[in-house]
Amino acid sequence: MVVSCEEVWREISNYLDGEVEPTLRVAIQEHIRGCKRCTAVLDGTRNVLQLYGDERMLEVPLGFSQRLHQRLGENMPGNRRSFLGWMVAAAAACLVVGSFEVARSSAFRGPQLRSEHAQPGTGVPPDMMVVVSEGGKLFHAAGCPFIHKKTKLRMITAAEASRQGYSPCVRCMKKYLVATAS
Amino acid sequence: MPERVTSLERPADQFNEEMLIRRVRDGEHELFYDLIRPYERRVYAAALAILRNEADAEDVAQEAVLKAFKHIRQFRAESRFSTWLIQITVNEARMRRRKAHANIMEPIADRQDEEGNYTPRDFADWREIPSEERNEVRQRLAEALAELGQIYREVFVLRDMQHLSIEETAKALGISTASVKTRLLRARLMLRDLLAPGLGGAWSMTGK
Repeated sequence: MVVSCEEVWREISNYLDGEVEPTLRVAIQEHIRGCKRCTAVLDGTRNVLQLYGDERMLEVPLGFSQRLHQRLGENMPGNRRSFLGWMVAAAAACLVVGSFEVARSSAFRGPQLRSEHAQPGTGVPPDMMVVVSEGGKLFHAAGCPFIHKKTKLRMITAAEASRQGYSPCVRCMKKYLVATAS
Repeated sequence: MPERVTSLERPADQFNEEMLIRRVRDGEHELFYDLIRPYERRVYAAALAILRNEADAEDVAQEAVLKAFKHIRQFRAESRFSTWLIQITVNEARMRRRKAHANIMEPIADRQDEEGNYTPRDFADWREIPSEERNEVRQRLAEALAELGQIYREVFVLRDMQHLSIEETAKALGISTASVKTRLLRARLMLRDLLAPGLGGAWSMTGK
């Protein structure tokens, strides 16, 4: 199967989401390998996802949490016990959150796998964009209910996730892993 | 240490959250602060991306959280709390926007045929993201995002910033999954063009 540049551009979004069927995916991969324009489109689109998908980018105005909790407090049925509670929370929320790197994700942990029960994701499309969390051990498809919501999420390629020691979530990555089960 | 699961169906996280919601409903209102804390930044980010104005975004974020509190009994456990919360935020933001911008023209992008294919304009090599000051990066990303038509920006914010699934995005916006995919493709390619170095876009290439 051979694809044209136009077809690649039409499918590039699905490709990055791991949503194209295997024959087409291979055809796209082959085409990109030999095409500078489409390589540029792929790289650029992937960069867009990495940049915007990084929750360390999310910033709230100073005092946001405080004001929010104050507003909530005004609307809570006759209840002032939480004053200390929200002040502590507000103080924590105002702390500057770590350093931010655009070109490389922080804390490269080396290739050792983080989870004892890891399975190398050989069936997972390497270019597929996946979600990882700081301190987590797995990489997920966006929207997987098993993503740790409470830590900061970012988007990287599956290949990069593997390199950083993340393992595929057996639930949302199931369809890729089944193909390579021994 | 492997991730803990409390049952075959749900992760520990979600289980604890369901407990929290139940207790808030049963009258322990203060627990609502704990319930929303992990989502505060995302609620603000969603509002900001749609409204492009910090003051409005904060207002809408507060309104959305308040609404969620007031309607907590209407939340149904089939969907995720985070999706429900973001859905409320999107609706509040849209209502605010409709009021304020009744007469302003939409960017050209919205008027194009949604079915038409989008042709990328730039093919400069962009293998590495240039590293810059955090605020500068954030500013440029915000500017590029603001240039998208509303329908593309909404899909992109939910899918690629809030990390919702295609189905959740479709549900939150009241559109089909096919529309989500079409709009997402266009949003991603347009942002790429807006940020690509070759066209003298937001970044200049460093050292090349």
